[in-house]
Amino acid sequence: MINFNAIYALLLREALIYFREKERIISILISPLLFLFVVGKGLAGSSPVPGYSYQQFIFPGIMVMVILFTSITYGLYIIWDKRLDFLKEVLAAPISRTTLFLGKALGGMLGALVETMLLLVIGAVFVLPLPFWKLLLSLAAAVPVSYMITNLGLTIGAKMKSMEGFGLVMSFLTWPLFFFSGALFDVATAAPYIRAVSLFDPVTYAVDLMRVIMFGYGVFPVWADLGAIAAFCLLTTAIGVSAFGKLQQEK
Amino acid sequence: MAAIKTENLVKRFEEVAAVNDVSLEIPEGEVFGLLGPNGAGKTTLISMLSTLLTPTSGTAKVAGFDITAQSLEVRRNIGIVFQEPSVDDLLTGRENLYLHSMLYGLPRAEINPKIEKMLELVKLTDRAGSLVRTYSGGMRRRLEIARGLIHGPKILFLDEPTLGLDPASRKAVWGYIKELKDARNTTIILTTHYMEEADALADRIAIIDQGRIIELGTPEALKKKVGQDLVFLKGRINETAIKNLPFVSSVEEENGLYKIGIADPARNLQALLNAGGVIEEVEVRRVTLDDVFLKFSGRQIKDDAENNGIFERIAAVKTTRR
Repeated sequence: MINFNAIYALLLREALIYFREKERIISILISPLLFLFVVGKGLAGSSPVPGYSYQQFIFPGIMVMVILFTSITYGLYIIWDKRLDFLKEVLAAPISRTTLFLGKALGGMLGALVETMLLLVIGAVFVLPLPFWKLLLSLAAAVPVSYMITNLGLTIGAKMKSMEGFGLVMSFLTWPLFFFSGALFDVATAAPYIRAVSLFDPVTYAVDLMRVIMFGYGVFPVWADLGAIAAFCLLTTAIGVSAFGKLQQEK
Repeated sequence: MAAIKTENLVKRFEEVAAVNDVSLEIPEGEVFGLLGPNGAGKTTLISMLSTLLTPTSGTAKVAGFDITAQSLEVRRNIGIVFQEPSVDDLLTGRENLYLHSMLYGLPRAEINPKIEKMLELVKLTDRAGSLVRTYSGGMRRRLEIARGLIHGPKILFLDEPTLGLDPASRKAVWGYIKELKDARNTTIILTTHYMEEADALADRIAIIDQGRIIELGTPEALKKKVGQDLVFLKGRINETAIKNLPFVSSVEEENGLYKIGIADPARNLQALLNAGGVIEEVEVRRVTLDDVFLKFSGRQIKDDAENNGIFERIAAVKTTRR
């Protein structure tokens, strides 16, 4: 059912394209860097974690933001592939839709992880000096997080018919997922309605996990973070494979 | 075993039936032409047979496998050259072929020699290392054809393979198609709205209009149904001698111009000229598939100008995205 050679081919395609479009690698980091260096430094609020500045406090959240934006944008790009007929080639290939989905998901993870690495380096130099093992652990934690969010993007991309919906998804999904996650504040002391919504936001648990790794400070126990992320990985795999199974040529 | 067998295949888009009750049987090794104007349902039919679209009703078997229940097995046995090139423009020509070969599970050792052979065949060796976004429409089409052939499919779907190609490239594509049929016994389903293409390549032709197959037969048989070939003669013509020839069915004269209905002019023209007297001018007018289409559908196939250059326009759009 799962064809690993084909997954490698799909991943190779994404890698070739990704490293060819260097301006995209940089441009996707712009907003997170603005948050980190302008909002983070400009607000200069108090940090809920003793011994760390506000800018340092939001760094794990900004890292998750990079994963969130890279992964969703990547997933939505298959609308282009659909409209411009590039997807037909893989839909007609003798590979199962599960294989196709996993290949695409791995391609998205690759992009998100490269961006994460760049941000970790920038952060380690300018914001938050971290021991090497913490950097590695953060990168490892980014793997399931980028997987679940890429899945979400691919599922929406498979369902959507036109790129006009892109802005809607960003406004109604990506930004709310980011703001409610507590990336910029501490969920524990937030207003009750924010806390209530954030419980249903998978990104909350990703941010919390990164804070545990970087500061040893978390609102939820680690098992709850990991459990929520694992559950969301499984859920998004299921809906993504199902959405890809229904993909058809549109004309 | 039939390479393709469809039974009452229907595809509706909302209320419009793009393909309406099509039942076909195509034997192995045949070149089967689907001829019809734009929007007749040719591409929809091919999309269903290649498992990219599920039929609204009816069934079909391709290479012995059901197109809905066994779509993966169907896809393993077919190759497709799409009407709109689907080669990836952010990759080079060679990379497109390489990734395709991996998706189709070709053994690693065979991939590179096959790629070089296909590039040679479509004359893209020199540009194989350039990104496809720098290719012209015709080059994209040729790459698409190379990609559809590289995994050696048993059944090949060619959707308007020469649309937008210059005459030299078109002749070359016709050459590959004939070679595939002769050397590999590949079953080929070819859609076209060019009469001469169907005539030159196809063993049998289905004329499709508004989703229905309105006529099916060999090019010769279809032409016979429409009428006979004509020879026009001018000069001092011996009318009685002509009328007595066994292959002449009718003779009409108008202002010294004789319009003669004749069977198989390729063989019989010499005998006609020998018996015809002193001839000043000869014109042979053979029945074309255009006449056939006109007769069966009541409409002419438009070789409309807006279609020319469509690939250049697609190429332009694809290059400006991202």
